[in-house]
Amino acid sequence: MSGTFTLDGKTITFDDGQSIIQAALKAGSYIPHLCYHPDFKPHGSCKLCTVTVNGRQTAACTMLAADHMVVESETEVLNDERRALTQMLFVEGNHFCPSCEKSGDCQLQATAYHLGMMDSHYDHFFPNRPLDASHPDFLLDFNRCILCSLCVRASRDVDGKNVFALGGRGIKSHLIVNAKSGKLADTDFSAVDKAADVCPVGVILPKKRGFVVPIGERTFDKQSIDVYIDSRMVKEDR
Amino acid sequence: MDKLKVDHKSYLNPILARYGFQAINLVQILREAQESFGYLHPDAIDYLINKLNVPRTKIEGVASFYSFFYLEPRGKYRVLFSDNITDRMLDNQSLMARLCRNLWVEPGKLSEDGLVSVDFTSCTGMCDQGPAILVNNFAITLLTEQRVDEICDLIRNRVPLALWPPEYFQVMDNIRRKDLLLEDGFVAGAALAAAIKRGPDGMLAEIRTSGLRGRGGAGFTTSIKWESCRNAPGEAHYVVCNADEGEPGTFKDRVLLTSYTDKVFEGMTLCGYVIGAQKGLLYLRGEYRYLLDHLNEVLVRRHQQNLLGSNIQGKEEFDFDIEIHVGAGAYICGEESALIESLEGKRGTPRNRPPFPVTHGYLNQPTVVNNVETFAATCHIAQKGGAWYAGIGTLKSAGTKVMSISGDCSRPGIYEYPFGVSVRQILEDCGAIDAQAVQVSGPSGVTLSDQEFDHIIAFEDIPTAGAFMVFNATRDMFEVARNFVHFFAHESCGFCTPCRVGTSLLRNLMDKLHNGHGSPYDLKEIEKLNNLLLSLSHCGLGHTACNPVLDTINKFRPAYKLRMLHQEFIPAFDLDWSLQAARQMTGRSDSGAHLPDVEEKT
Repeated sequence: MSGTFTLDGKTITFDDGQSIIQAALKAGSYIPHLCYHPDFKPHGSCKLCTVTVNGRQTAACTMLAADHMVVESETEVLNDERRALTQMLFVEGNHFCPSCEKSGDCQLQATAYHLGMMDSHYDHFFPNRPLDASHPDFLLDFNRCILCSLCVRASRDVDGKNVFALGGRGIKSHLIVNAKSGKLADTDFSAVDKAADVCPVGVILPKKRGFVVPIGERTFDKQSIDVYIDSRMVKEDR
Repeated sequence: MDKLKVDHKSYLNPILARYGFQAINLVQILREAQESFGYLHPDAIDYLINKLNVPRTKIEGVASFYSFFYLEPRGKYRVLFSDNITDRMLDNQSLMARLCRNLWVEPGKLSEDGLVSVDFTSCTGMCDQGPAILVNNFAITLLTEQRVDEICDLIRNRVPLALWPPEYFQVMDNIRRKDLLLEDGFVAGAALAAAIKRGPDGMLAEIRTSGLRGRGGAGFTTSIKWESCRNAPGEAHYVVCNADEGEPGTFKDRVLLTSYTDKVFEGMTLCGYVIGAQKGLLYLRGEYRYLLDHLNEVLVRRHQQNLLGSNIQGKEEFDFDIEIHVGAGAYICGEESALIESLEGKRGTPRNRPPFPVTHGYLNQPTVVNNVETFAATCHIAQKGGAWYAGIGTLKSAGTKVMSISGDCSRPGIYEYPFGVSVRQILEDCGAIDAQAVQVSGPSGVTLSDQEFDHIIAFEDIPTAGAFMVFNATRDMFEVARNFVHFFAHESCGFCTPCRVGTSLLRNLMDKLHNGHGSPYDLKEIEKLNNLLLSLSHCGLGHTACNPVLDTINKFRPAYKLRMLHQEFIPAFDLDWSLQAARQMTGRSDSGAHLPDVEEKT
């Protein structure tokens, strides 16, 4: 079974059970997102992919596509809201792009550029989040965590390990690791895990490998995130 | 070390056995484990990981979500001051300061001898008899300076809680006005007998005719919910009673659970009869832990009366049982899908919807979630019929509403009215003179000014979950809104970005105004944030978090104008204020320890 809906006036074909964002990305139409990843069950928490469906706002990653839906995404109102969400994510953590190893490869940064975010607007929270450098091969810099839970899903659903989980509540929500010590070194985390490779920002970083690709030649230095996402979909044969 | 492990094992084993070694009961297991040991010891968690076959992240993730679970020692006595605006108005802050001073302990920290910790908590549902506290999760009401001092002595002398004066723990019903729901004389089983006589379809038809709508605030039509659930395919159907009465200012479910217990359980049972469920779960908020023994006793008695169990009232294949689950301090669990997550032993994060609980609820099976009062009301419909019930109240709002009234009035307590009663009438009845505002349905509801007191309580006018907080002319409505904003920031589950960050940003802006750094720019920022919360949040908490601010800005503008001390934007950051900690540490307060106030001089 399949059907069609319109996204900003463009007709998109979908298969039954597909979400709006799945169908849109497959058709080469980018909808900004951070916690969504085609390989994992949608989480619906970052709210960047909020679109209007028949006039009502909803997250495109958790809303299933239905025949004759009228979906709007590239509107000024929605992009203003997305920019505000991105700013919220920036002030909630400690994101210092110029000194971050992930700069240029970071989806938060790339999304901010895509949305034309010029400043962080809100007052910074400057949370105190100690690093975890216990693991011989990997470093965890919680300062940059946006709580997208991709590493949680990757570790649980793909690696079968549950190395990561969300702990705390509200603004005190934070990433926790599966060890009595709370340290990554005491988990069964390994460099070949899917979870090692899924962080859209700079939390889970390989050690002993700094600035291998110079700034200026990194993923989002060469292409904007909408083009990158589309090329990734092409690589995966849509 | 080994000896410690044995110790944990000895109290954990009976708990695990009681809950069938099932991770789905994790919240209950953790609650009982903590009741036994005072906090969740890392070695206890080791043992649970092993026995429940779950990763440590699961247990720590759940434990750190709920306010009443502690992963670190919090003292033999854990004192929590209810911090609803009504407690504030009764000066809970100075009582807390007194207790802390007496016991030589800082709020939020464990005393150096490890004996006691003192902190604030969200409204504990004792607004008609505040100021209220919880000690080791048991409610103490009517706090006075004298009672504070006595409690300090009891704590210092390490008197076990069970030996504290029983009058401390007395919770009064304070029923001031009764209508059909609160009338006495209900005979346990009578409604069930009537329902069985009508048959499941007949009973559902009566509910439909009655026009009954949910009493938890959203007002969804009960018959549609029951019918959709009954018709949904599933291995089993479930009935869930939402007794997570967390909305600040609401305490009517507490009274229904205390004194009308049979009605609540009977309503759940007849729902089970209609939808074909064999199991009911009542989710009791952690603050009402003191009601647990009472509720379980009533369940045992109802079993003996054949009002629960198998072949209820002799009806073949009518089997139904009820289990109580106790929450652990999370307002968000009042949201039905978060409540179900919590029932399943998880973090109380609202689910993505659709699907809705009526098709995919508890254990992904069709589930009816209704409020305590809704279930109680169905007993009357079973007995007297839907048409009779529809005749009460207004055309669009059938029946009665139980209101929890607190704040500036001489007779706070429980009032039951047929729908359609005016706010003015209620104010008169409760002895509120000089009211400038009423907060109806709690922080997530609506703030009414004295221009609006002729509105009526009804789904078509002012819908409510039951809270009714009165503020007289001396109250500062800005501070009321600021208290509510702090509440939402504290209770946001943190799942979605707009609510997690937005409620904290809103709190910071209100604090900025409070601290004297407000300008018209900040008001605009508040309005922008409110719009973001409203349009982007994942669930009702975020959608309604801005209500008290929007309402008070619109209706009590002068309270905000007072805070507009500056015409142009100035930062919230105050360099002199940030030296506070240094002044405290050095014991200095001379002019050399202060920065000159640049702004005032220009």
